[in-house]
Amino acid sequence: MIDFIHPSLVLIAGALLLAVLQGRARQVWQIALPAFVLLIILGLEPGLYGQMGFGALELVPGRVDKLSLVFAYIFGIILIIGNIYALHVDDRVQHVAAMVYASGALGVVLAGDLVSLYVFWELMVISSVWLIWQRRTDVSWRAGMRYMLVHAFGGMLLLAGLLAHYQATGSMAFEAFETRGWSFYLILVAFMINAAVPPLHAWLTDAYPEATVTGAIFLSALTTKTAVYTLIRGFPGTEILVWLGVIMALYGVVYAVLANDIRRLLAYHIISQVGYMVAGVGMGTTLALSGVSAHAFTHILYKALLLMGAGAVLHMTGRSKLTELGGLYRWMPITFVLYMVGGLSISAFPLFSGFVSKTMIVEAAAVDYRSWVFLLLTMASAGTFLHTGLKLPYFTFMGKDSGLRPREAPRNMLIAMGIAAVFCFLIGIFPQALYAILPHEVDYNAYTAGHLLKEMQLLLFTGLGFFLLLRHVGGDAKISLDTDWFYRRLGPVLMVAARDFVTAVDRSFRARFMEALQWALAASHERFGHGGRLAQSWPTGSMALWTMLVLAVLLVLFAL
Amino acid sequence: MTVVELSPFSMLVPLIASAVCALLPGRLWPWLLTFAAAAASAVIAAITLAAAMDGPLSYAFGNWEPPIGIEYRIDAANAFVALLVSAVAAVILPWAKTSVDQEVPERQGPFYALFLLAFAGLMGITLTGDAFNVFVFLEISSLATYALIAHGQDRRALLAAFRYLIMGTVGATFLLIGIGFLYMMTGTLNMVDLAQRLPELRDTATVEVALAFIVVGMGLKLALLPLHLWLPNAYTYAPSFISVFLAATATKVALYVLLRFTFTVFAPDYSFVALPLAVVLMALAIAGMVVGSWVAIYQANIKRMLAYSSVAQVGYMVLGVSLVSVTGLTAALLHMFNHALMKAALFMALGTIAYQVGSVRIEAFRGLGKRMPWTLTAFALAGVSLIGLPPTAGFISKWYLISAAVESGHAWLVALIVITSMMALIYIWRVLEAAWFRQPAEDAPAVTEAPLRLLIPVWVLVAANFYFGIDTRLNVGAATAAAEALMGGIPGGAP
Repeated sequence: MIDFIHPSLVLIAGALLLAVLQGRARQVWQIALPAFVLLIILGLEPGLYGQMGFGALELVPGRVDKLSLVFAYIFGIILIIGNIYALHVDDRVQHVAAMVYASGALGVVLAGDLVSLYVFWELMVISSVWLIWQRRTDVSWRAGMRYMLVHAFGGMLLLAGLLAHYQATGSMAFEAFETRGWSFYLILVAFMINAAVPPLHAWLTDAYPEATVTGAIFLSALTTKTAVYTLIRGFPGTEILVWLGVIMALYGVVYAVLANDIRRLLAYHIISQVGYMVAGVGMGTTLALSGVSAHAFTHILYKALLLMGAGAVLHMTGRSKLTELGGLYRWMPITFVLYMVGGLSISAFPLFSGFVSKTMIVEAAAVDYRSWVFLLLTMASAGTFLHTGLKLPYFTFMGKDSGLRPREAPRNMLIAMGIAAVFCFLIGIFPQALYAILPHEVDYNAYTAGHLLKEMQLLLFTGLGFFLLLRHVGGDAKISLDTDWFYRRLGPVLMVAARDFVTAVDRSFRARFMEALQWALAASHERFGHGGRLAQSWPTGSMALWTMLVLAVLLVLFAL
Repeated sequence: MTVVELSPFSMLVPLIASAVCALLPGRLWPWLLTFAAAAASAVIAAITLAAAMDGPLSYAFGNWEPPIGIEYRIDAANAFVALLVSAVAAVILPWAKTSVDQEVPERQGPFYALFLLAFAGLMGITLTGDAFNVFVFLEISSLATYALIAHGQDRRALLAAFRYLIMGTVGATFLLIGIGFLYMMTGTLNMVDLAQRLPELRDTATVEVALAFIVVGMGLKLALLPLHLWLPNAYTYAPSFISVFLAATATKVALYVLLRFTFTVFAPDYSFVALPLAVVLMALAIAGMVVGSWVAIYQANIKRMLAYSSVAQVGYMVLGVSLVSVTGLTAALLHMFNHALMKAALFMALGTIAYQVGSVRIEAFRGLGKRMPWTLTAFALAGVSLIGLPPTAGFISKWYLISAAVESGHAWLVALIVITSMMALIYIWRVLEAAWFRQPAEDAPAVTEAPLRLLIPVWVLVAANFYFGIDTRLNVGAATAAAEALMGGIPGGAP
């Protein structure tokens, strides 16, 4: 009996088989493989497995402890849900890419040393980009290319960082990084790129909305959450992360105001939600770290649910712009209800999963006496409800009738969304089950009167404000077409001011940067491009001249 | 017959075969003889390397004892390079048959004879322990190479060959001047003898000038920027087979000669410590890495793009040398080996495309991914190795190079290596983008997948790129042994 089979290897081997299967067999295998992998993960016992030597290095591709298990469980679950959701898609490249991508993510959370981590990290990049490219539009392949460049850059930083780490400490083990030096910051930045910490976040909101309908589910679940895991493992209690996390949480919410594409709006909320997690990692207390793990767990489920809802709308209508949608609840009622479960979860509505995890992080800020952090995170919470719980469903499913008459989403999509919704609901009602698998013992009860009161007040007043202003606006049907005016009235005044400021600064920076870039490109093309000084065919005389020049330089240097 | 007696035959077999080959008629026999000679040479080189790992082998030609006679002195360093050259020749020949039949349809006997001559020349340069003999073999291989390049179908091949002739002759002459100065001062041409006598003369201007001439001469053959100007045209217009062979071997042998002179004949503490050679090499290497990659991005002719990429890759190797440490030298030698694998695979995939499509310009790649999926996938995978992603041989090179840079305290070089790798990603990507994301031009001729006899050798090399990225015992082990042999000063340390 072998006591350890690396789930990633099983997934990769299974993905090879998936590449040749067709039709019904492909569909069966697509569910059976993740189910089998989840069984393996459930059977994992804490310990170190699969050690092997690699040159002078000791590799530990299988480190199983409670922290890695939390992430492995949820990755296994989401892999099944995502595959059910994608069952109707007849595109083997996508399915294989998703499997390999998930194997990379599992490999990262199970990696006990930095070399294995790096290998799986790169595997994730190479495979995940296909989930974007397979949309097969011009926009998506460009977005995918940018996505890959950013991650290739991040990967190089990681490689440089871990080499520097090895030089400094002589160890490749992946533990919390203690020594502050070069390696510390290189690795931190590499992880932060994957966690989409502003200003290194642009790849996410750029690429995810352009991904395939089904690919976006995996993308949203895996890349940022593996990064959160690596941050928990490597950088707990790094003070700068607290503030970066708070900025992320607010940044995502503020920028979501600008988004008109439903999936882009949700992508900004990924940044916002990961912001909570990054802030929690920065606080580094037991409660905060448990909160981060719990929030990652619930976030993957409800964000997948939201994206599946948005994806179902896109799949059935072919549109994803808020201004082009509306009144769909009559035609896609089940999708609407399931979406709302996700919306209430992300808004931390009591009895839904977000409530039991997000409040843990906010509570951790409170007991740590970080009043500003507490306040700002609470504020972001209100904004989240406003966008994903109210604005998005209102304009997609209710609101003015867009004239679209789509049919309900395919059954497999509904089943996948149903499973995720049940999870969201169950975790909200029985949080103890989630708390039991967290890496640290937590003595935390979400359902105290204080939490309930605070959360309900926040949500109800946000909702009240939305609907009061909405009625005010809704009276005049002509104006509702003018989206710009609409949003400005709707958003809290502060957010609008902040948004305008950020946008203006952002725009001027971008404009200047683009100018500089264009100048540099033109100059580069002139010199290096076809016929440029450095690329042309040189006459023999000049070649000889260069030779003499080098010789002369050497002789002069030697003579000195 | 002992291994020592066997070892010179890895040079002699192709040399003798070339004379026979020139007389053979038709298309099959010359190729068959060439392949047999290369395979035999590779087997002998492999046996020699195995023996040389334990200590240097010495063979005196015609029983004239060194230092009077010509000595073949083989340690881990040159046995490694010799195996590389002969193995590459043996692996690419099965592929070459089809390509050469198309590109050089007539008079194949003399063509293959020239190839064998160039090949034997490279082997001779590698194996010999005699400084003047290096020059002789360099001329043999160079003259044959000029003629081979001139066989290209494009008429510009003639001009490219002519330019290479001029520059190559300048390089060889510089080497000869350098060796002449050394002979003048020491009265010997044997490398071991030279190494023993030079320390007394280390402060004389003549010896310094000799080193300068040798470095510049080999820099020319090595295509070290700014002495690379002959290379892009030569690689671009040569027949595909010759491009593959030259890209995989010729610059490597030149690097070996540079190493042999700077580390063995002149001790490293003379070349790099007493004289500021390391700084010059590092500056030129960095310039080569950046400019080569940068220019490659803009090339419309993909063969030319790969040629400029070679200039950049030579930069990586020389950068490893300029760090003057065992790790740096290991990185350089390792990249020498791995670069041969990746560039051979890339040029072969490209040659396959040239065979099927008739053009290697970027426009011809449009939509090719669907029509020639196997060839283009091979190109992409070899490109991954060139960029240096795991688990490929290219990654191992980059790993050692970065380690060496960090170890020697030049951490800023890491940024440079990373940036130039990103540039490699860009120029490889351009090709893949055209192949998979662009629609073919409407007047593009119908193209089908290449025949298996072309595909199989390409995939063998692609597989090697991955094999040597995972099982690194052979390439890292041999490169480390070779680096230690070079750093030890006298070939192979104590005799």
